Amino acid sequence: MSAAVAGRRPGRYGVGLLTGILHRWIVLAVAVACWEVGTRIARSPSFPPPSTIVSKMYHLWFAGPASHLFLTSEATGNLLPSLGRMAVGLAASIVAGVGLGLLLGRSERMFAYLDPLFQFARVIPPPTLAPVFIVLFKLGSQMQIASIIFSAIWPILLNTADGARSVDQLQMATARVFRLSSTDRLFKIILPSTMPKIFAGLRLSLSLALILMVFSELLPGATDGIGFLMSDAQSRSDLPTLWAGIVLLGILGYLLNTLLLMAERRALAGHRAARRVDTT
Amino acid sequence: MLQIEKLGHYYADHTALEDVNLEVAEGELVSIVGPSGCGKSTLLRCIAGLIRPSQGRITLNGREITDVPDNLAVVFQDYSRSLLPWLTVRDNVALPLRRRGRSKSERQAAALGALQAVGLADAAHKYPWQLSGGMQQRVSIARALAYQPALLLMDEPFGSVDAQTREDLEDLVLRVRKDGMTILLVTHDIDESVYVGDRVIVLDRAPGRVAADLAVGLPSARDQISTRELPEFVHMRAEVGRLVRGQAPPGAVL
Ligand SMILES: Nc1ncnc2c1ncn2[C@@H]1O[C@H](COP(=O)(O)OP(=O)(O)O)[C@@H](O)[C@H]1O
Ligand SMILES: [Mg+2]
Repeated sequence: MSAAVAGRRPGRYGVGLLTGILHRWIVLAVAVACWEVGTRIARSPSFPPPSTIVSKMYHLWFAGPASHLFLTSEATGNLLPSLGRMAVGLAASIVAGVGLGLLLGRSERMFAYLDPLFQFARVIPPPTLAPVFIVLFKLGSQMQIASIIFSAIWPILLNTADGARSVDQLQMATARVFRLSSTDRLFKIILPSTMPKIFAGLRLSLSLALILMVFSELLPGATDGIGFLMSDAQSRSDLPTLWAGIVLLGILGYLLNTLLLMAERRALAGHRAARRVDTT
Repeated sequence: MLQIEKLGHYYADHTALEDVNLEVAEGELVSIVGPSGCGKSTLLRCIAGLIRPSQGRITLNGREITDVPDNLAVVFQDYSRSLLPWLTVRDNVALPLRRRGRSKSERQAAALGALQAVGLADAAHKYPWQLSGGMQQRVSIARALAYQPALLLMDEPFGSVDAQTREDLEDLVLRVRKDGMTILLVTHDIDESVYVGDRVIVLDRAPGRVAADLAVGLPSARDQISTRELPEFVHMRAEVGRLVRGQAPPGAVL
């Protein structure tokens, strides 16, 4: 956490920000260049050079008509269902995780009863439950979304509970003295003060959701999705397509994480400023 | 209005209050002084219903306090932590008014009025963490005043403000009490306790109990300069000072 803040510090100065971005992209560019050169020298069919991968990605997904935002039918048929399932799964995890987390965090008794159970559920590696989900839910989207939710909900739920438990005592005393309604307590005190913890959980949940999104599409019953595309390519030994899927997932993860960080920055602007003042 | 009988409170291994007896009439302004750690904040928290005393009972208008009573406001000693950093100053002041069934514009107007009274109208749209400690303290005073409680508890409310503002705030307290508000004001400033109070309660250190209950014989119209010159003021100040330092001769307790 503190490392992340320190890393963002230069962002407050224009020049520092620019050189920071430059440094990061230079490292990436050098890595990609090495990759290109290495794969061209090796000439292994298992390791196509990045230029081949990128052109494959373009032809597969982004060479569509302008009316479809340049997306091919391959893209709309596989990328969108994947993203849709992930969005639904993540949204459900947030709603249920934050709701249950607040309940758990604000009730000593609930916490005492349920925390051990949740701690146990959390450490079960989600892929091991996939066979159970296959039996429990309808094959396809329903089972896939269930797998995403079951993995993504825990970091949000447990972080929210933790944050809700540690709301400032004096803020709660103030709420009692002024007899704030329970909705005001929830939305004006508990939820805002839990927000940093919720976002910390959300960051973990996001990467878990991405993993489970792909993993659930590798299982039987999948008919579309990025994972389905990749397992299909693998069965045809179509390595450039397989690699295109890997790179796409990397880019997707990066973009989603960047979006989340932006949302977090906006939501926690007041928190961070308050902390900065406190510590100086 | 307020009766405290045989009040005692123990923390794990420490007796904070013991056998405190006190009665406060409606509309009175009672100053409570005592060395730090003598249990002043504990006493206020018991009255506010925030902690349940280990012994004795407190009744407000004839009803025993078991939970936070209605129509009560507290200015906490730790003022900065009692403000919500994600709300603007005005929203902090207006938030408690939501239960009073007033429209949003009325609440905002009342909040602005209270901020004006403490000299912070300009800071209404700022966030608490953008203000100095003294200004934050005034915001928490404004929040309590806007609430218009029947009973106002203030825990060292002027500790972080500069001398001039402090005098202004003391006079503000004297003004609002004219509306019939009953006020308990904890302070460690002896002059202040005499200047604003109808009565001064001196608490003993460990275990905290009432060492003296002195009526202030000053005219109710007070003025920062002339009141402090009155022989009665000078006399009271000396007497309270002696009591706080524990130098009072035996039998001096009234
Ligand atoms: N929550 C607590 N737990 C244990 N001891 C406490 C607690 N709050 C206060 N005390 C102790 O009780 C005594 C009285 O505290 P307090 O009422 O805050 O005094 P004052 O406000 O007069 O300075 C102090 O010695 C303090 O250390
Ligand atoms: Mg205190």
